[in-house]
Amino acid sequence: MKNDGLYVELGRRYRFAASHRLHTSQLTEAENDRVFGKCNNPYGHGHNYVLEVSLSGKVDPATGMIANLADLDAFVERHVLNEFDHHSLNEDVAAFREKVPTTENLCIEIFRRLQKFPHAKLERVRIQETGNNSFEYAGNREGHHS
Amino acid sequence: MILLTRKIEFSASHLYHNPNLSAEENRRIFGKCNNPHGHGHNYTLEVTVAGEPDPVTGMVLDLKELKEILEREVMQRMDHRHLNYEVPELAGQIPTCENIAQVIWKLLEPKITQGRLHRVRLYESPDLFADCYRNGASGAGN
Repeated sequence: MKNDGLYVELGRRYRFAASHRLHTSQLTEAENDRVFGKCNNPYGHGHNYVLEVSLSGKVDPATGMIANLADLDAFVERHVLNEFDHHSLNEDVAAFREKVPTTENLCIEIFRRLQKFPHAKLERVRIQETGNNSFEYAGNREGHHS
Repeated sequence: MILLTRKIEFSASHLYHNPNLSAEENRRIFGKCNNPHGHGHNYTLEVTVAGEPDPVTGMVLDLKELKEILEREVMQRMDHRHLNYEVPELAGQIPTCENIAQVIWKLLEPKITQGRLHRVRLYESPDLFADCYRNGASGAGN
């Protein structure tokens, strides 16, 4: 397709359910309790996370697609969902042995994993932890929205 | 600057098939979207216009006018239609979200005279959508 000055992104949402506990060994028990509140409860709790992945790239005139969804779905499943869905983020994901599994850190970890998708450019990930809060990460660059 | 968004829904059928590819290639690339008699979706379209509120009316643009533009340009063309066979603007293209969003952009941009079109977001399902912007206006690294 000719370059007509338009820019297109593909957005895809995935869902996973996982447990976590916000706790850091760098703080005392009392400080953990003060900072993280009920999210620090010792046995953890869980969320239904919604992961939104945005990709950019040329729309292939033969397929009409930025990336084939089957490729994207398989990649996200292999690199994120298999390890995260119905797991404990603290216990089952190596990146969160030391780092607190807040949704901010989850965004950064998932962005790092999906950045390796070979068929399009990862623009950002957005994660909804509950219906009332969500977080976005677009890589280590100046965030600006027009 | 204010961004104002209006949402509409339409239902349409489509299929993915590229006549330049073999039947096997079409099947491999497009999977069940290649089923010969097509299938359908409830599409949700979000149209975002950017501008400054008029000091007299307090509006970026008259929402009623935007609603009429969307009715004329999108609903009448696409609602309860087969996108492959009944929408000339899509002729020769695979009617993916990416392509439909660009066609809708080109239909709407010249009609929006108050404010300017900022984003067209088209959902094919709650989990799949495409965003279309004028180059450089997305805030992303394009």
